[in-house]
Amino acid sequence: MVDVQLSDAEKVFILHGVQDNCREDGRGCEDYRHLEIETSVMSNTNGSARVRLANTDILVGVKAELGTPSPEKLNKGRIEFFVDCSANATPEFEGRGGEDLATDISNMLYRAYDCPNCFDLQQLCVIPDQQCWILYVDILLLECGGNLFDATSLAVKAALFNTSIPTVTVTKDEGVVDLEISDDPYDVQRLDMKSSPCIVTLSKVGHSHVVDASQKEECCTLARLIMGVTEKGTITALKKEGSGSLDPTSIEDMMETGRRVGESLNKCLMDALAEEERQGTKKKSLGFLR
Amino acid sequence: MIITHLNLGILLTRIWRSMVDVRIAGARSSTKPNVSAEISNLVTPGDVITADTGFMRGHGTYMEDEKLYASVAGVVERVNKLICVKPLKTRYNGEIGDVVIGRILEVGTRRWKVDTHAKLDSVLMLSSVNLPGGELRRRSEEDEKMMRHYLKEGDLISAEVQSLFSDGALSLHTRSLKYGKLSQGQLVSISPSLIKRRKTHFHNLPCGASIILGNNGYVWICPTINEEVEQTGGYEQNLEPIQKSDREVIARLRNCVLALAEHKMMLYDTSVLYTFEASLRYSVKETVKPEVMADIIEVAQQRLEREGT
Repeated sequence: MVDVQLSDAEKVFILHGVQDNCREDGRGCEDYRHLEIETSVMSNTNGSARVRLANTDILVGVKAELGTPSPEKLNKGRIEFFVDCSANATPEFEGRGGEDLATDISNMLYRAYDCPNCFDLQQLCVIPDQQCWILYVDILLLECGGNLFDATSLAVKAALFNTSIPTVTVTKDEGVVDLEISDDPYDVQRLDMKSSPCIVTLSKVGHSHVVDASQKEECCTLARLIMGVTEKGTITALKKEGSGSLDPTSIEDMMETGRRVGESLNKCLMDALAEEERQGTKKKSLGFLR
Repeated sequence: MIITHLNLGILLTRIWRSMVDVRIAGARSSTKPNVSAEISNLVTPGDVITADTGFMRGHGTYMEDEKLYASVAGVVERVNKLICVKPLKTRYNGEIGDVVIGRILEVGTRRWKVDTHAKLDSVLMLSSVNLPGGELRRRSEEDEKMMRHYLKEGDLISAEVQSLFSDGALSLHTRSLKYGKLSQGQLVSISPSLIKRRKTHFHNLPCGASIILGNNGYVWICPTINEEVEQTGGYEQNLEPIQKSDREVIARLRNCVLALAEHKMMLYDTSVLYTFEASLRYSVKETVKPEVMADIIEVAQQRLEREGT
């Protein structure tokens, strides 16, 4: 993880703050920081999104390619996650510095999406056993301000929402299967991604737990629980990280909080995405200049 | 006006319940006032400042084909024949006598390496700190062994710039009881060019918190320390829990400082205080939202123009 150094007194200050349910910026333990999304930010992708959660800045692009399905799931497509940590975010990422974090994040995303009733992979199937869409989800970390997992999953979900795949017509002619991919940019299909999970990270600070920990708070946590939650509150993946240990009862508490927060996170994200879509072409693209 | 506030109220209650606030980026800052028209001396890198050869080249500028160009984005400042560009976003360029906040990075032989948001790490010599107890004597080998006991990696200090090395690195000192190790509180980092130079950078605000506006863009906000307690240069730290009311004041101040920085306003005691007072109409949580921030800043700005000094 990207670490900042803190003095003991600062840590004590943060610890007591969490106990009092008044964090550094006045948030409660279950509040997220200010979050901004923007979709279709890159024209050369099938779908893209950018999420800015306070200082955490994440850009996601989705590319769809036709390929052969994997042998164990013949009637399903695939999603591949690739995370790239830009050295712009922090000099630590230079060279291979960000690789561990990148694998952590992509593994967590694989696990969160690897659940039969979250993201339906059958919709990516073109010809069973032969052809399917493979979605390459490329994630770029532009700035680190804590809570990378949650922000990444939100950006991925937003990008999937934005993704449109060209319509494919399959014609069978004397046993020869012919695929025709539509060139028309409006002849496309959207994905059904309503039930894809968001990741919620719960960090244990002192005796309480918080969601959306800032970098400073991440510095004070010894253990955290990362979970994938769908809009219905299904927990699709669970992972414990950090050197500290967690009490079974506190894990239950944290899961309950995570489920609750995850539900409202999913709902708010979908609301915002729907709102953005309603604005259509009228919306002003913001780009990367601040 | 009333209608917009009502709308805002409805919006905010909705957010409060849902705990999560997802916004569309395009909706942001659509009504930002166009101030760039007012600032005529704002330049970007590569802009010609003057073609007149009678001027001297200062910081942030370069000469080419007998024309003076800006090398950074910022505001042009002229002192007689010297032209400089003061960058909007910059690392800290130290000057002797500045009050800075720094974080200890490394404990070395007879010196500490300190991060002050300057281009190079600053140096705090063992001989330029007050020893605990305030003894004045030559630093012995014993003191050298105790260095990590005094200040260790990650500790925050307030200090003054004592001198500049030839490479531009700063040498700090804490030889006054007002400087030294910082205890409980919050550090906020903003652009150094937004800190207004004042006689004093230590302020006990009437709202119940103290603020140190470091010239290097680091702002320290902490609960007001009782003056009667003997100042020890921060070696004795009070790690007792802080009252929730104080904590809220600190959080609010932090949000105000960030709001000022976000809107590129100069920071000094009055501007911080006015912003704080303008923010009291909202709850602490709400003050991080961009539209609330803009509203607070506007109110504070108007008040500054009216009665500010």
